Amino acid sequence: MTDPILVVSGLHAYYDKSHILNGVDLSVGSGEIVSLLGRNGVGRSTMIKAIMGQVIRSGSIQFKGEAIESLPTYQISRRGLGYVPENREIFPDLTVRQNLLLGIKSGRASSRWSERDMYNLFPRLEERVNAPAGVLSGGEQQMLTLCRTLMGDPDLIMIDEPTEGLAPKIVEQMAGLFEEISSRGISILLVEQKLTIALKISNRVYVMGHGNIVFHGTPEELDANATVRQEWLEV
Amino acid sequence: MEFFLVTLLNSLSYGLLLFMLSSGLTLIFSMMGVLNFAHASFYMLGAYFAYQIGAYTGFWIALFLAPLVVGVIGAFTERFGLRAVHRFGHVAELLFTFGLAYVIEEVVHLVWGRAPVNYRIPERLDFTLFTLFTTQYPAYRAFMMLVSVVMLITLYLLLTRTRVGLIVQASLTHPSMVEALGHNVPRVFMFVFAGGCALAGLAGVLGGNMFITEPGMAFAVGSIVFVVVVFGGMGSLVGAFIASLIIGAIQTFSVALNLSLLDFLNLFGLSISEDSFWHSGLSITISQTAPVLPYLLMVLMLIVRPRGLMGNRET
Ligand SMILES: Nc1ncnc2c1ncn2[C@@H]1O[C@H](COP(=O)(O)OP(=O)(O)OP(=O)(O)O)[C@@H](O)[C@H]1O
Ligand SMILES: [Mg+2]
Repeated sequence: MTDPILVVSGLHAYYDKSHILNGVDLSVGSGEIVSLLGRNGVGRSTMIKAIMGQVIRSGSIQFKGEAIESLPTYQISRRGLGYVPENREIFPDLTVRQNLLLGIKSGRASSRWSERDMYNLFPRLEERVNAPAGVLSGGEQQMLTLCRTLMGDPDLIMIDEPTEGLAPKIVEQMAGLFEEISSRGISILLVEQKLTIALKISNRVYVMGHGNIVFHGTPEELDANATVRQEWLEV
Repeated sequence: MEFFLVTLLNSLSYGLLLFMLSSGLTLIFSMMGVLNFAHASFYMLGAYFAYQIGAYTGFWIALFLAPLVVGVIGAFTERFGLRAVHRFGHVAELLFTFGLAYVIEEVVHLVWGRAPVNYRIPERLDFTLFTLFTTQYPAYRAFMMLVSVVMLITLYLLLTRTRVGLIVQASLTHPSMVEALGHNVPRVFMFVFAGGCALAGLAGVLGGNMFITEPGMAFAVGSIVFVVVVFGGMGSLVGAFIASLIIGAIQTFSVALNLSLLDFLNLFGLSISEDSFWHSGLSITISQTAPVLPYLLMVLMLIVRPRGLMGNRET
């Protein structure tokens, strides 16, 4: 692993009285693509929300060497942590362009990405630039959510199940995009169900059980480890 | 014809005033999911502050200062009151605004007493703007309308044309996503709350001297604004706008109509003798029913269409 950009240790998370994460350790290196795998309901989304400060949590979270576990969400985001949630939370009444512009953080000077870059990546968004985002197809909305977060110029982007419910062709396009993002030096923490794409593009993978990490290694190691795959991933 | 035109103008100015109140209430409701029971108390504060400040500076400076002060009080209410109560849930927030309404009323009692204060229309605006047939139309009503329309357009442009407006719009429906994009949503909440209170304060500055400035005004206006927001659909600005105009018209026309069902029947040549069982019921005039009409309408709306005219969430 390269120098770590994100180091999570002993992370616990709670919804009211239910204790969801039980001391999770995880790290992401600069420029790395890391996947977080696991069955439905094991707490992968909760993990990302806890890092983002959206659920009650305890433990230590270091981002770019700074402790962020007690910062409010918007401060965490402003330090360069991007979040693409699982349910494509676009702003349906605003136009595609307005959605993109809201991704830009107030008072930030320069960005790796321009609005133009987004349209070059996804020409489809440019065609619909003045349409309300709510009328876009699922795939288009997913692209928009991703682009909106990129507009904020994150150094690490956490993406929750981006390929869920998308056609295979778009899934492939997405995978290509992740490699493009990564080639610009941005780290990615990816939550995925589809093992094939995760194994193909990741530098390292984590497998989550019930609120714990049950496996951690390279894609090759996971591929070789039939026990882990059967017990924790396959249905 | 004359009656109709004048009453229409009056209902328009009243409706716009109602919208100044209901727009803030609706914005705050969309954002926090909490109906602010103290909203009309800020209307009352606006009127009293304008009266008090105006005594030193005259009306024109008070017109700007009073809503500003009310807005600042609103900001503090959100920052140190509602936000602290928020983690205990919606019921606690509701109770908080309920209590606040009483506190404000008591403070008004203490400072200005229980009787109405002599908050008057400024002399410069106390003249007849034009005479419609035989009715003299007061300039102050026209001024009220002008200020309301300017506010309305400003609010619209602010919400749709500026970046801050877009952030507010997005925060209405997806606050946690907006915050994850790096926007200070708690501060946006505070400003929306303050802005809503300032609008209510402005309505008080304008309505206080047009109607009356007394401790009971918050309760009287508050229940009508509540009707407007439920009728228009909780959380919908467009709905609140339409509902304000409709309720404004209904109230104004019904007060002005001194007709009864009896008169109506007479029109068709039917007459009912004074000692008939039906006579007393039918002789109730529309203006006598005016106070309950808005509530009747609200109840009807709740039966026919519980989410209101334009609302998108079940209440
Ligand atoms: N808002 C919430 N309140 C209470 N419990 C929740 C809440 N959100 C999630 N949970 C519970 O927390 C556990 C982990 O949920 P999480 O969303 O993190 O799962 P996941 O691994 O992302 O799976 P998937 O996205 O496939 O549902 C689940 O048991 C879920 O029921
Ligand atoms: Mg999930």
